[in-house]
Amino acid sequence: MNTSNRKMFAKEYFWRGLMTVCGFFVISLTILIGAFLVYKGSATFLVYHHSVFEFLFSDAWAPVDSKTGGGKVGALIFIVGSLCTCALAIIISAPFSVGAAIFMTEIQEKFGQRFFRPVVEIFAGIPSVVYGWIGLTVLLPFIKDIFHRQVGHSVLAAGIVLAVMIFPTITSVSSDAILAVSKDCRMAAYGLGSTRWQTTYKIVLPAAGPGIFSGIILGLARAFGEALAVAMVIGQTTALPSSLFSTTKTLTTQIAAVMGNSSEGGETKSALWSMALILFLLSLFFIFLINYFTKKNMEKMSGTVSGKSKGRKRI
Amino acid sequence: MNRAKRAKLINTCMTVVFYAIALASFLLLLGFAAYVIVGGLLGAKPEMFGFKRMHTMGNQLFNTIYLVFMSLVFSVPLGVAAGIYLSMYAKKGIMTRFLRICIETLSSLPSIVVGLFGYLVFLLVLGFNKSLFVGALSVSILTLPLITTTTEDAIKGLPETYFHASMGLGSTKWQSIFHVLVPACIPRIMTGVILAAGRGFGEAAALLYTTGSGTDIRWNNWDISSPTSPLNLFRPAETLSLQIWDLQTNGNDRALANLSSAILLLLVLVFSIGANILSHRIKKKHAGE
Repeated sequence: MNTSNRKMFAKEYFWRGLMTVCGFFVISLTILIGAFLVYKGSATFLVYHHSVFEFLFSDAWAPVDSKTGGGKVGALIFIVGSLCTCALAIIISAPFSVGAAIFMTEIQEKFGQRFFRPVVEIFAGIPSVVYGWIGLTVLLPFIKDIFHRQVGHSVLAAGIVLAVMIFPTITSVSSDAILAVSKDCRMAAYGLGSTRWQTTYKIVLPAAGPGIFSGIILGLARAFGEALAVAMVIGQTTALPSSLFSTTKTLTTQIAAVMGNSSEGGETKSALWSMALILFLLSLFFIFLINYFTKKNMEKMSGTVSGKSKGRKRI
Repeated sequence: MNRAKRAKLINTCMTVVFYAIALASFLLLLGFAAYVIVGGLLGAKPEMFGFKRMHTMGNQLFNTIYLVFMSLVFSVPLGVAAGIYLSMYAKKGIMTRFLRICIETLSSLPSIVVGLFGYLVFLLVLGFNKSLFVGALSVSILTLPLITTTTEDAIKGLPETYFHASMGLGSTKWQSIFHVLVPACIPRIMTGVILAAGRGFGEAAALLYTTGSGTDIRWNNWDISSPTSPLNLFRPAETLSLQIWDLQTNGNDRALANLSSAILLLLVLVFSIGANILSHRIKKKHAGE
């Protein structure tokens, strides 16, 4: 073998190695993030001897900001706050998003795919602080006037801001799912004499169901992780929300607000790391849910349009 | 009323409902953008566009662009390489599935968690100060999965004949990748990079504990090691989104925050529309083939 060939092969292996290293770097980065969060977050339970039960189900939040410990680290308020705001956001946003997705795929396909969809997708990239800022300056006074409240800051405001924020995500994913339903299914339904609504409701939506659910979960994941936009409108009081208009805190807003002012290695900071760990585990959970739905979707699709599906055939 | 008539009536009603939903959300989005941009620009005073230390947004705008640029410097090579590995070298099976889960996890991580990770690793463990550099690294963690998946999709989306033809001419695998596949993918990868930049511009939560607030730049100071030089990577650098957050928490300069929102929104819009046009062109080009 001459030298130029050998050089070529050396180059080949070098670049292959480099690409592999980069691939593995991404893996190790994810594992590193998880490991650091577990290490830091477990201090609440291992170093300061709080029980997991107390952390998850107690609403007494009074950690000591030093290494002595002995405070209370119940994070129930923040967990409930996060759950309430995100549930509200989904309740507001899901009907609109799915409705818009149906409009742009079933009713006005040309306008929908040419204008509506690009506009919606552009909005998916709008910075959350801008949503928060507009929520703060426009939505809060509005809520205050309409419902005669002393302040506009509320779970409701946070829910609305999040709903607007996740609307583009859910819309574009569910319209993808609806578009993926094969034309044959629709034609068959029309051929049997169904109206458009009957076709949509009885054929298209059930077939696109798993895809729409993964869109909603993606939106939910985004809503859970949002920190600053929510912090601007939720009022930041450490209390369980009692109504739509009460002020509270969420996991992310509490981390954003307190992390900078607490001392390193102290009980407060450990509790905050545990909360970050919860967020990490939640996003893992969401991913497994989405994968589950995608898999279900694939099975469904390959069942209905086995001949045309692009996916690999199973023997 | 018989069944067919009722079905038709319901159909008409639902069509109206969907028109209403679509119109309402479309108008809401457009109204939102118009309000932010027009309101922000109209309420601004000319001196706000300056590059002073306080009450302006010029420095923040510069920081935003500089930070996103730096983050892309880290994440683009890494992301493209990981994408190439995933699409060309990785063996199908447990490894690729695991890698894909990792990428999905990274892309769905709340940005505040990424910010905390950056804070922990770069500030506490490695001992950097809050700086633009650390912020750029944190943002690059956020943009990495997007670039990786676009690269992977782009390479997988190419016709297989590209690869076969190149291999048939006697090139090695890497030569085919580097001289044939990647150049053919560049427009699509660019789209991904532009989208990643758009995401980086708006990032605030990840920067909260990594870049620090406040920015002190002297524009006649080009000594890169000085803490007030615009080009210095290791200085605190407040970005536009952080400025909005800061003005919200401890400021009362509403007009300035409105202006920052407007500029930020314009920046993001320009980038996403650019990406959209680019991907539209690619589709057209491919349709012609």
